[in-house]
Formats: sequence, structure tokens, C-alpha cells
Amino acid sequence: MKNSSNIISKIYFYLIMAFFYLPIIYVVLFSFNNTKSLTNFSGFSLEWYIKMFENRTMMESIYYTITIAIIATIVSTIIGTISAIGLSKSNRVVKEIIGQINNLSMLNPDIITAIGLMLLFSSLNIETGFFTLLLAHIIFCIPYVMLSITPKLRQLDDNLAEAALDLGCTPFQALYKVIIPQIMPGIISGALIAFTMSFDDFVISYFVTGPGINNISTYVYSSVKRINPSVNALSSIIIVAITIILIIANAVPIIAEKRRIKK
Amino acid sequence: MKSFSRLVYPYIIWSFLLVLLPLILIALYAIVEGGSGIITFKFTLNNFIRFFKDPIFIEVLLRSLNIAFITTIICILIGYPAAYIIAGFNDRSQKISILLITLPMLINMLVRTYAWRGILLISDFNPEIKVFIGMVYNFLPFMILQIYTSLTKMDPKLVVAAQDLGCDKKEAFLRVTFPLSIPGIISGITLVFLPAVSSFFIPKLLGGGSFVVIGNLIESYFVTAGNWNFGSAISIIMTIVILISMYFTRRFDYNKEVR
Repeated sequence: MKNSSNIISKIYFYLIMAFFYLPIIYVVLFSFNNTKSLTNFSGFSLEWYIKMFENRTMMESIYYTITIAIIATIVSTIIGTISAIGLSKSNRVVKEIIGQINNLSMLNPDIITAIGLMLLFSSLNIETGFFTLLLAHIIFCIPYVMLSITPKLRQLDDNLAEAALDLGCTPFQALYKVIIPQIMPGIISGALIAFTMSFDDFVISYFVTGPGINNISTYVYSSVKRINPSVNALSSIIIVAITIILIIANAVPIIAEKRRIKK
Repeated sequence: MKSFSRLVYPYIIWSFLLVLLPLILIALYAIVEGGSGIITFKFTLNNFIRFFKDPIFIEVLLRSLNIAFITTIICILIGYPAAYIIAGFNDRSQKISILLITLPMLINMLVRTYAWRGILLISDFNPEIKVFIGMVYNFLPFMILQIYTSLTKMDPKLVVAAQDLGCDKKEAFLRVTFPLSIPGIISGITLVFLPAVSSFFIPKLLGGGSFVVIGNLIESYFVTAGNWNFGSAISIIMTIVILISMYFTRRFDYNKEVR
């Protein structure tokens, strides 16, 4: 009895995994197809990868995605860290208000944030383009950075910064040498979340970007009307890149742990 | 130490200007006549009246709710057993399984949806089923992870205790494990239902042009038709509908706890 239910749950688990990975394998396979077809695999070729590298709009979309993700991560992590530290020392009313605004920003459907920013930029007569795209990414990343830092700040012992000040540190030194190092894990995970959010975003980017500025998501969206197998090549590269990053991110702590044990 | 509180001042201005003001602008646009500027605005409720007078718009709204609702239900039905099975694995397998579920989530949502197009081109499912497959594919990982977290947080001794007190396996599950995992289901619902109501690219990419949901309406009034006032009104109606459904979900959770 126990055995058979075990087998059923194993089969169920593998079916779920097949559901998750079937489309991914399919895309990678068809990125090597030698015809335009998305349904019929007729032979191996690297044609679509070559086409991808020759396609300027496509390469630009990769460039913009990465550039914006990096800048948005750095800026939102800095603003988020400083604001979270300030917030942790603020009175209850400020904490409550900013907490609610951040929640609102995170729970809001993307499309609402997107059209809100679109209306704001147009009311202020700001031309949409790279700048508005970047600014929008920074805006929606900050609450996530603050969310991941705030619990670390709560665990912080107030006396440590107090002691640093008593021992002659300037407030800036106390911040830089005492508080920041202790909340570092929160800052790093906040930065990682910000990077993934920015890299992944479609809806907000779609509404706030200007003519000629595409990220990968908006490019894929605009190019699916006609069949373009280069999108398969691009998808495969993203899939492989993310798999490698994830493997490294998980393997490094295990290897480090093993080394530590050996010593 | 108190002086550090000044560090948050710029962000207070930032969040009022760049988070709150855009939302206020949507509300403003929704209640003024088209073509009028913010300063010369003329108040009107016509944008809302137009929506509720036209059966096509109501139909689209109901369709979006229906898709989001069914997607959420399917995600719970498929996701719960999956989370339960994974929670029963040994530590190592649990870690690997969670990693395998997280990996597709990290791949760009557009790319993931695009990936289904090829497979669905071969199949002759109707557009509705294609949209459901795409929706469940995109949102299922969130549901599994939420339920899994609530299951692993649970004290395993509780189930042992229930069995010692005479419950059989099924009863122990129904009376102990399942009720304790409801908070996980509720947060899973929040993560699935909310984005599913407003999602517009999955129906567009997989359902073809024939399948219009409320997100597509908002998109078309902002991007192609250029009637931002009506678009704003639609998005406010959508937000209110979402808030009402979230209120009922939370209340359901609360009632369970009281009992």
C-alpha cells in the first residue's frame, strides 16, 4: 500500500516537472532548427543564432535589458538602503505611512503602476525613452530592497551605533562602518531581487518606454506577430544563462562548506 | 541616532511624487472629460457609465474574472499535491525540487509564454484552453512555493499526536495538516489571482486576437486608441473588483481561524 502511493506521488512529481520543462526544452530544440517552422524539426543548424547576432534591434534589446537592470539595481539598492535605515529610526507615523505606500506599490497590479507612470511622465512633459524606462525600474525596485533590509535593521542592536558615536565616529562613519556591514545580507538579497525584477519586467516597461528603446520582453512581445525563430535562439541563451547562474549560486556555498570541513 | 531618521526624508518626497501621485492621476483622468487637460478639467462620470452601459465591456470584465478564478482553482488543485509530495521528500531532494521549480520562474515571463506557442501550434486546442495552459504554467510555481512553505513550517509532531489520539492518516490530514496549510493557500491565491486578473500578454500571445480580457482593454485604450480617460476608468473598475475579491478571500481565511 505504502509503496504504491509512493510510486503514484513520484509519477505525479515527474509529470509536474515535465509540464515545467517541456516548453523550455522545446524552445531550445527549435532554436537549432534549419527551417522557419516551429512545429516540424527538419535538421540541425545555427542559422537562427547567426541571424540573432546580425539583428541590431534584438542585440540592442539585450543591451538595454542588462544596462537598465544593472543601473536600476545599483541605484535602487543605494536609495533603498539609505531610506530603510532612516525609516528604522523614524517615528511610528512615518513608518506606517511609508510602509503602506511601499505595500501599495508592491501589491498594485503592474498595469496600474505602468499607466500611472505613463500619465505622470506625460503630465510633466517628459519624453518617454531610456530615461523614463530606467526611472520606472528604479521606482518599482526600491520597495523590494527596503522590504528585504528592514527585518535585518530590526535585529540590529541600537547600542552598537551609539557606542561608535561615543567613541568618536561621525554619524557617517557609524553608518558606514557599523550599521551597513551588519545589514549586508539584507542589502545583497535586496539587490538580487531588484535585478531579477528589472530583468524580468514586461508590463511596466511596455507602457513607459519610448520609440526605439526595447528591452527583451517588449521586443519578444512586438515580434511574435510574425514567426521569427531568432526569438527561440534568444530565449535559449537566456535559459542557459539563468541555469548557469542558478547552478553557480547554489554550488558555491556547498563547495565553500566542503572546503571549510576539509580544513 | 535620531538624526539618522532624516535619511528617509528624500524617500518620503520620492514616494509621494512617484508612487502616490501617479495613482492620483489615474483617478483624476477617470473623472474628467476626454481631451481636457489636468488644469482645465471638466468633471464627468461618463467614462464609468459608458463601461457599465455596454454589455461587451461587462462581458470582458466577467471573462477576466472567470479566467483568473479558474486559473487559481487549477493552481490549487495541481499545486497542493505537488507541494505536499515535495514536503515529504528528504532534505536534499526538497532542495533540488524547489530549485527546479524556481528555475522556470526566473526565466523572463514573456519568454516562458512564448515557449508555449510552438507546442500549442501543433495542438488544436481552442484558444481558451491555450490561455489556461499559459496562465497555469506562469502562476503554478508561486502557488506550489507558498503551500510548500506553509507545510514545512508546520510542526510534524502535530500529525503524530493526531495519529496517537486515534486519527487515521486521512483524518489527520483533513483535521490537522490541511487547516494549518490554509494560510499558504491564501497567500498563494493572492500571488496567482491578482496578477491573473490584470494579465494581458498571456491571452494575447496564446489566445490570438480573438480573446480579449480587461488588461487588453486597458492596453488598447492607452496604447492604440489613445483614450486615456476611458482607459483610466477601466483600470479603476478593475482595481475595485480586485479589492473586493481580496477582501472576501481574507475574510474566508479569518472565518476559518475563528472556527
